[in-house]
Amino acid sequence: MPQANADIIRLDGAEKYFGAANDIIRLDGAEKYFGAVRALSGVDFHVGASECVGLVGHNGAGKSTLMHMVAGTLVPDSGKIVVRGATEENFSVPRAQQLGIRCVFQELSLCPNLSVAENTRINHPSLTGLGWRRKAADLIVAKLDEIFPDHGISAFDIAGDLSIGRRQMVEVARAFTLTQDPLELVILDEPTSSLDAHTAGQLLAFVRRFVAGGGSCILISHVLGEVLQNADRIVVMRDGKVVAADAAKSFDRDRLVTIMGGAERHQKTAAETAKTEAGPLRVRARPARQQDGKELVAHAGEIIGLAGLAGHGQTDLLLAIFTAAQRSRAGIEVTAPVALVAGDRQSDGIFPQWSISENIGIRSLARLRSGFLISPQREAELADFWQKKIGIRTPDMTNNIFSLSGGNQQKALFARALGSDAKIVLMDDPMRGVDIGTKLEVYDLVREEARRGRTFLWYTTETEELDNCDHVYVFKNGRIVANLRRDELTEEKIIQSSFGDAA
Amino acid sequence: MTAAAIENQLKGASTRNAAARARLLRSLLPALSLALVLLAIAWLNPRAISYFGFSLMLNLAIPIALATIAQMFVIAGNELDLSIGTFVGFVGCVTATWLKDAPLLGIVVLAGSIGVYALLGALIHMRNLPSIVVTLGMSFVWQGLAILILPKPGGKAPDWLLSLMAFKPPFIPFPIIAALLIAVVVHFGLMRTSYGVILRGSGGNAAALKRAGWSLLKTKIVLFALTGLFGVLSGMALIGITTSADANIGNGYTLLAIAGVILGGGEFVGGRVSPIGAVLGALTLALAASPLLTFMHIPPDWQVAANGAILIIVLAARVLISRRER
Repeated sequence: MPQANADIIRLDGAEKYFGAANDIIRLDGAEKYFGAVRALSGVDFHVGASECVGLVGHNGAGKSTLMHMVAGTLVPDSGKIVVRGATEENFSVPRAQQLGIRCVFQELSLCPNLSVAENTRINHPSLTGLGWRRKAADLIVAKLDEIFPDHGISAFDIAGDLSIGRRQMVEVARAFTLTQDPLELVILDEPTSSLDAHTAGQLLAFVRRFVAGGGSCILISHVLGEVLQNADRIVVMRDGKVVAADAAKSFDRDRLVTIMGGAERHQKTAAETAKTEAGPLRVRARPARQQDGKELVAHAGEIIGLAGLAGHGQTDLLLAIFTAAQRSRAGIEVTAPVALVAGDRQSDGIFPQWSISENIGIRSLARLRSGFLISPQREAELADFWQKKIGIRTPDMTNNIFSLSGGNQQKALFARALGSDAKIVLMDDPMRGVDIGTKLEVYDLVREEARRGRTFLWYTTETEELDNCDHVYVFKNGRIVANLRRDELTEEKIIQSSFGDAA
Repeated sequence: MTAAAIENQLKGASTRNAAARARLLRSLLPALSLALVLLAIAWLNPRAISYFGFSLMLNLAIPIALATIAQMFVIAGNELDLSIGTFVGFVGCVTATWLKDAPLLGIVVLAGSIGVYALLGALIHMRNLPSIVVTLGMSFVWQGLAILILPKPGGKAPDWLLSLMAFKPPFIPFPIIAALLIAVVVHFGLMRTSYGVILRGSGGNAAALKRAGWSLLKTKIVLFALTGLFGVLSGMALIGITTSADANIGNGYTLLAIAGVILGGGEFVGGRVSPIGAVLGALTLALAASPLLTFMHIPPDWQVAANGAILIIVLAARVLISRRER
């Protein structure tokens, strides 16, 4: 067996070789690029038989990319996939299924127009012929009964009619149903995110039984307690690399948080902490799902950060504030005009057919008017002013907006907001995928504008950006869970609150 | 915690029941609107409710139902076919000329046109083109071909087709039996078979299907080929009734077929379609189109406009009901 020989040569030590043959799956040096962004840089990862591996890491650490490779939905740019000791040349979804690897993806992947039984059929090509509906229904109901004894779901319920928690239950149960393909390894990506404590407990207990019975499992969760209690081994990822991998017993919460956040501490500019007293109130807002009295308060001249894991209600609150500026909304008070810098600039920010000047001027049309018409002259003046001020690199501001690079497009969107009469600027993670040079220029600009009395509400998924903020609100499940002042702001604290187990 | 879990469960059950009720209402809507149109006809002209009356009134319902089913298949895959009307006209011209005079050639051409539909599906999937654009272009192609085959109205349907469409079963008029047959066969094929689930799933959540290892290219090809097949059946049925063809004979079918699918409880996106509903929708539209208007003594000049008005009213009712669901 030449392949096994190669393994012996590459891996040092007999113990590791023995481990390799016993592995369900092993990835060696997996790399993946999305355009210029490196999502994974040389990751080694393996799952043994009858093992539950916990996988943790912050947003964008590369967990999902890695799992897509294990499930066969993404192919690594370089590196090797070895299943049960045999190298897989053309690893794909059908191949993974043949080998008994299943995945419950984070985004729900049921067909909402189909019944629970029909959704089960989709994952089992062998469920055909007469009586397949009965077979599929029996299969899924038996598994639901086994995992969630009091589930209350009928096999003929339409998936779209079920609550999100029940849909997740169906999806998890479906991954464990068995027909002709073997069942070796199930990847659970945030399986408890939509479940209440009771059903989450049922699921985790089932996972333990499954692993004890010889199955393997990869458990990804932002609830660190779940991982610590249920995994045999924990792998921590950061910046597309595996930074720690060890028996679960050797970790505790604090150690995980430290490793996930990175040990190095960012230097704070001490001079800037000396903050002038707060100006007049600009925004007072309470998230719709907030149950206690916590609320977001922003004064003139402040830069307020919105932190926490992606999609935990930060964007919703920004949009609510934006709406509240036009017509009043319960729980939100806005005292000045508002502008929004969108995060997804292609779909929410840019007018693709328009020139750079027109894209900048759209928020300030009232000022650019002369009579009934827009004055091209004033539009050009505004655009030129901001071109110089913010450094938009183009020979001609009347060129189409797409003639700019991504970072310069984002600058144009900042110019649109800052060139307007808005006293409050909402930023919905606008610096995603922008080069570092542009970022630093924009940070300076934001601080300068804040000194002139503008208020910034800044949602960001990049923790370093929060160093620019005077105050940081950490979000979890649509609620504010922490309010940190600049001097008490550390990455660990943010991770601590956004991974808080007490939900 | 347990109390909360129970409460959750009750809440889940009640919202689910509400959703199921709304869905039931939507699936009853096609039957209700058909009943309403029938009642109106019975009230205006009681003698129309008879074996002979139905045979006459529903005469053109079979080709409309078949075209509606054809449209339903593409809609099940989140696409739209704007060429079905002119395609029916093209098939009609082939049926009234080649299929009668040179049956082998006719069969090859009709089978080939189904193949063209399959290729369109492949093209739309692989190049990620909007189906509206592709089928709008194709509608002119079919129309042009139809005019080439039959520059002037004429031709004659094959005799076997004429006798099939003139079939007079005892007690129940032929169009009703044919509609039932179409509805049951397609319902079984699309709603009950295991591959039908995959076809509908491709409209519901294509990404999930792909992850489960299914070929989306194949589902799209199958859906378009089925559209072509039912388009061919529709054109042949139409010529069997009218006995001769005209290149423009099917032009109105494109919008009638789309309206029939939507009236029958289907939705433009999301793979939610109903074959039984689509057939009922087609019958409703066929009845509302001309018999009802004639009985209401609306002059022929105004019938097309009145027909449009009825379409707006019926579809608006459908939209109002589905909005209540949310």
